[in-house]
Amino acid sequence: MTARIRAFGAFWYDFVIGDDWRVAAGVTVAFTLTYLLSRTTGIATWWIAPLAVVTLLPLSIRRAARPTTT
Amino acid sequence: MSASALFIAVFLACAVEAVEALTIVLAAGTARDWRSAITGLFAGLLTLAVIVAALGPAVSSIPLSGLRLFVGGLLLVFGLQWLRKAILRASGNKALHDEAQIFQTELVAARTAPPEHRAGVADWYAFTLAFKGVVLEGLEVVFIALTFGSNQHDIPLAAAAAAAAVLLVALAGVAVRAPLARVPENSMKFVVGIMLTAFGLFWGAEGAGAHWPGSDAALLVIIPAVGLYALAMVALFRQPASPAAVPAATATSEGDTRP
Repeated sequence: MTARIRAFGAFWYDFVIGDDWRVAAGVTVAFTLTYLLSRTTGIATWWIAPLAVVTLLPLSIRRAARPTTT
Repeated sequence: MSASALFIAVFLACAVEAVEALTIVLAAGTARDWRSAITGLFAGLLTLAVIVAALGPAVSSIPLSGLRLFVGGLLLVFGLQWLRKAILRASGNKALHDEAQIFQTELVAARTAPPEHRAGVADWYAFTLAFKGVVLEGLEVVFIALTFGSNQHDIPLAAAAAAAAVLLVALAGVAVRAPLARVPENSMKFVVGIMLTAFGLFWGAEGAGAHWPGSDAALLVIIPAVGLYALAMVALFRQPASPAAVPAATATSEGDTRP
């Protein structure tokens, strides 16, 4: 039973989070920051998520590419 | 723009997943038992239909800003996963997705498994292989079609795109009775990754309270910008060695069942 629950959890983790949890964490932080700044300040916040993508994507690719490049 | 982008994104995502599901069903049928494989295929489609029937009204009942934030976040995570793998493949850091190679690997595995009659199914292995293939490959498409459709208030268009892609792949599969190795799957995955990332960015930020300059027209800038950035990443991480030198089986070594 425990193995089945673990397998179920592992399936959804793989489905939603995927190979790099840092990407999911970065996206969550970016949208949380957008939400908080949009609610509490008058500044433009549309640039936060694109900035996160511009930063997260090369970092994630570099981590994945590293074993074959060294 | 949004309607055509919606159709293209859902159609391409559905087509690539349908090609992968077709490869698995063909392997199960060819190596084991066609009747059991086709029963598994229909059982998988039925399961996906139940998921759509259950999730569809639930997704539609969520307020639009909350839906866009939640769905945008998930789409952006999905999109970055697709894009990351597409860039790794295009730059030679990961083996290209090769349906012919995957078909051969599945055939070998299927032929070595012992036969088992269970629950009225002649060959349980062929049934479960086809069933799992259809459900696993279909789940992401269901999510993409539902979220794109509900966000754009056009679920019928998303459903039509998904149905058209599945029908096209199924007809092609019946016609050639072999894995659709000539489908430009890697390029299609690259485009889907760009679309998911762009729509995830747009909807997620809007749902979080941001206002895009130019409103909906911002998508006309976001989609090409994400595409150009992805191409720049391919150039930046390009490997001199031929990707064909890496066995395609390694593509599944890091739990790469999707995308």
